[in-house]
Amino acid sequence: MDWHEVLVQQSINGLTRGAVFALVALGYTMVYGIISLINFAHGDVFMLGLFVSLTIFTLLGMARTLVGWELVTILPLVFLATMLGCGLVNVTIDRLAYRPLRHAFRLAPLITAIGVSFMIENLALLWQGPAPVPYPDIFPSVDVLRDWVGLDTLVYLTTKDLLVIGVTAPLMFALQRFVTGTSWGRAMRAIAQDRETAQAMGINVEKMIMLTFFIGGALAGAAGLIQGIYYNIGTWYIGFQAGLRAFTAAVLGGIGNMPGAALGGLVIGFLSAWSDQYISARWTNAIVFSILILVLVFRPQGLLGEKAVDRV
Amino acid sequence: MRRLKWLGIAGMAVLVTMLAGPADAQQCPKGKLRIYTSWPMQGAMIPEGTGMKNGVDMAVAEAGGVVAGHCLEVVNLDDASPQTGKWDGAVEAENANRAVGDALAIAYIGTYNSGAAKVSIPITNRAHMAQITPANTYPGLTKTKGAAPGEPGIYRPMGFVNYFRIVPADDIQGAVGAKWAKQRGAKKIFIIHDQELYGKGIADVFDATAKKIGLQIVGNEGIDFKQPDQKPVLTKARAAGADLIYMGGVVDTGAPIVIRQMKDLGMVAARNVRFLGPDGLLEEEVLKGATCDAAMQTDMHITFASLPFEKLKGIGASTYENYKKKYSKEPTAYALYSVEAGRIAIEGIKRAAPQLDKAKDIKEKRDAVRQAILNIKNYDGLNGKWSFDENGDSTLETMSGFKVVKADNPIGCKFEFETILE
Repeated sequence: MDWHEVLVQQSINGLTRGAVFALVALGYTMVYGIISLINFAHGDVFMLGLFVSLTIFTLLGMARTLVGWELVTILPLVFLATMLGCGLVNVTIDRLAYRPLRHAFRLAPLITAIGVSFMIENLALLWQGPAPVPYPDIFPSVDVLRDWVGLDTLVYLTTKDLLVIGVTAPLMFALQRFVTGTSWGRAMRAIAQDRETAQAMGINVEKMIMLTFFIGGALAGAAGLIQGIYYNIGTWYIGFQAGLRAFTAAVLGGIGNMPGAALGGLVIGFLSAWSDQYISARWTNAIVFSILILVLVFRPQGLLGEKAVDRV
Repeated sequence: MRRLKWLGIAGMAVLVTMLAGPADAQQCPKGKLRIYTSWPMQGAMIPEGTGMKNGVDMAVAEAGGVVAGHCLEVVNLDDASPQTGKWDGAVEAENANRAVGDALAIAYIGTYNSGAAKVSIPITNRAHMAQITPANTYPGLTKTKGAAPGEPGIYRPMGFVNYFRIVPADDIQGAVGAKWAKQRGAKKIFIIHDQELYGKGIADVFDATAKKIGLQIVGNEGIDFKQPDQKPVLTKARAAGADLIYMGGVVDTGAPIVIRQMKDLGMVAARNVRFLGPDGLLEEEVLKGATCDAAMQTDMHITFASLPFEKLKGIGASTYENYKKKYSKEPTAYALYSVEAGRIAIEGIKRAAPQLDKAKDIKEKRDAVRQAILNIKNYDGLNGKWSFDENGDSTLETMSGFKVVKADNPIGCKFEFETILE
């Protein structure tokens, strides 16, 4: 492999990795933007997305590689069902664990969130057991450049890579349109700026918070499904690691800022892939977090964040 | 009448005690001794853990449950934490402390994971108790070759050897693996390990031996196995022109994803890239996670620190047959070694019988057994005659190589013996 082939391949690796981080990071950042809560359970909703979708595929008798028409019927259907399921889980978590503490001391819901995270992890451990669970090859993997384009190259780009991009990019785009272009989105932004005033203007704050949790959960569910299809393996503890990376992405991009979360996710994806290649895999975590610290030292508000508002 | 009835019951009771009492005393006039075992019994380890438990039970049953007048009891402990399902140092320490705190405990069989043994050996050592492992292969537990500074002395606070292993250590498996890689035509090798004791240890010995015999090592990387994506590090291996990926790891530290993603990146035998690993990966769970398709496309091969059961002769062959008869299934990878570990413990008690009678307390009894085991030479074991060397290691060095082949089972493939490695 030439150096540029290596760079292209690692960039593809980083892009797919980063796209999943970004999708999870969006949920973190949305919830933080609106109620200033770091929802630690968010990564675990992502993990649930993986297992929920696996269960749906199994129940449908479709835990195998889909062919032809199944790709345009079954697959979108399972996507929707998983997103709906995870959205509802997230709303339930909010109702049961966070809403009673809405006006409590800021640390109270934070600690509750950590507790919820542990609960979900342990439920998943009971449900799926401690061993890694294989996820079937749902999506056919075709070597795009060689088999379709006919290029003789050492760079591998499979249909699975395209699926990751083909699903995450429209989701992120739709979310951005929703937040900036609809009246509900406007209401959410208004709450993020000033909850009391928004309420005084006639916005139903609790309904919008519920909607936020639903959308965040749905995105995490979609990310879980993609993770399963792309990496073909799931373990009960992956939510913690993914959550940590996604939270880092959200902070890097500027927490509360949605394009920032997407950018942060991609940056971390690229950085970790390049670091594996050009430095050493064992240093990757250290490097990713060093860069996070560096960015925060010089730009405390994150890459795309606005200057800190007077939040205590 | 009523009194008579009571008298009758009392009489019966006396009779029963008289019948039971002397019989018990006849069977074990010198009382009871306990053997403790400790390894994970949860999750992916349930089959192996159960197989190892069966092994020790079988050894005790062969002796009729009695050795030199002592009745033997086996206490099985689990050193996995229910939180993670994996071995846990705190749990292992608790297990070892429970064993040394039991005034009837004479020997400790375990552990499965070398990291766990690091925790328990000093505890059993202070108690003069023999610890026999059927599975630990990290070199530093017994010798300085392939060990970290201070090893193995730090595991022997009392200064003597109390820890015995009947499987060859990784320095031997890593070295044999490197020679096998060369024999099979590998030239440029990329090593991946899980940064854990077993995986890194074996990878480093492989690395050193490979360089010595003229193979080119194009990389040696520790991965973050909790990250379910190893494409970047595999891409690096491919960019370096590797024709063999050697992975030091066990079933749940990323090997399935590595094998699967090798296939995704076109690192397959058809393009002259292959996979080789140590016996921590000789588990069906690896094939399930990696899929048979990927395992076969990457021409997955595994070294095993012993002979396959069908190739055993003499005592080994009869042990294998008896195990299958007793439990009506194939032994797991370390089940027969557990039989041998149990037999060694029993042999030690037998040889120490005279001292056991004279011993003042349990510590002296344990020490007598420990010394008796250390002096075992030319023992007729599973793989032929062997002895314990001065470090408590078996002198055996026979190993074998396995490959993955198609099979008519629910998974679709299995490991098959390929060759004997010396």
